[in-house]
Amino acid sequence: MEELLSTFVRSIFVDNMIFAYYLGMCSFVAVSKNVKTALGLGIAVTFVLFCTLPINYMLENYVLKEGALSWLGPDFADVNLSFLSFIIFIAVIASFVQLVEMVVEKFSPSLYASLGIFLPLIAVNCAILGGSLFMQQKAFPNVGVATVYGLGSGLGWLLAIVGMAAIREKLAYSDIPKPLKGLGITFIVTGLMGMAFMCFSGLKI
Amino acid sequence: MGLLSNKNKEILTSPLSVNNPVVVQMLGICSALAVTSKLEPAIVMGISVTAVVAFANVIISLIRNTIPNRIRIIVQLVVVAALVTIVSEVLKAFAYDVNKQLSVFVGLIITNCILMGRLEAFALGNGPWESFLDGIGNGLGYALILVIVGFFRELLGSGTLLGFQVIPQAFYDFGYANNGLMILPPMALITIAVIIWVHRSRNKELQEN
Repeated sequence: MEELLSTFVRSIFVDNMIFAYYLGMCSFVAVSKNVKTALGLGIAVTFVLFCTLPINYMLENYVLKEGALSWLGPDFADVNLSFLSFIIFIAVIASFVQLVEMVVEKFSPSLYASLGIFLPLIAVNCAILGGSLFMQQKAFPNVGVATVYGLGSGLGWLLAIVGMAAIREKLAYSDIPKPLKGLGITFIVTGLMGMAFMCFSGLKI
Repeated sequence: MGLLSNKNKEILTSPLSVNNPVVVQMLGICSALAVTSKLEPAIVMGISVTAVVAFANVIISLIRNTIPNRIRIIVQLVVVAALVTIVSEVLKAFAYDVNKQLSVFVGLIITNCILMGRLEAFALGNGPWESFLDGIGNGLGYALILVIVGFFRELLGSGTLLGFQVIPQAFYDFGYANNGLMILPPMALITIAVIIWVHRSRNKELQEN
């Protein structure tokens, strides 16, 4: 239980997808213009991370890892399929995103319209594949921790993009040097937010 | 149409500056930031991405007329993932230390937006040779930004370049200190912001209102 809580808090604040690893920056910069759209995308990303991480964790541990196929019989004990992991992970993610896209289109057409091209592009959002790859690297002890890690990283990403969108809404009225407008100032603000988040490092529960 | 007609030259060179994938098209920012705390991984990453973009562009351009529109993203992802797997295995075999430093970011080339962006915007509508040039151009434009950022972060952050000490010991004796903040994540963002600032002051037509 303690481990779950600690993983959860760490993945939101310390190993924040955006401020510590810069994953998912492309859609972070492009969609953070107003809070409502940002919130919608954040929820979609959290949901996809939350669902794909346990699936990929199972695949990693029962199919891909060295010796993972030993449950099929002793002949398979030294099969190592880990070179296939990129393709398998991305296939799981892409099909899941397709599903989310259909659900959003059905239940919230206005959100679907405002997210536009960025909804199918969640499939290529680095944060989501990044979550699976970090899961592979960190070798979590069980599927519960992996799921909590997915949920936490998603919420961390959501927090970052909503905060950024709120700042950018205010920023629209400020007087910024011309060459720095738009993209430039967004980067600087993200950097400053990153510095603020650095004070969480070393946080333990 | 020669192999290097004016139009093709333009395709090759415009991504280096006015149409740069990172600072103008806003593509591939994630990895541009994460691998640049030292110069060496930045160079390796630049080369890997250039290779993957160029070949993915050629492959997609060759099969562009046979891909059904609805599933094209998945087809593109599979092509890219296969290429990245090859790159990753090659790096593991010949540059194991760098591969360790890059950690998950080799795998993340798959979701590097430059790939999807160029495949969607260029390879789906152009022939293989133009697509190849476009891939090389965009890969190099990306590598250029990575090298600039990596250069400044390693120089100011650790006083070294490619692992060699360049700032003389005498400076440290006078009280010069490495700026440890340069190696930490937030400074990568601010370095890129400065590059954008300089780039847009020189190319006024890129400024946003």
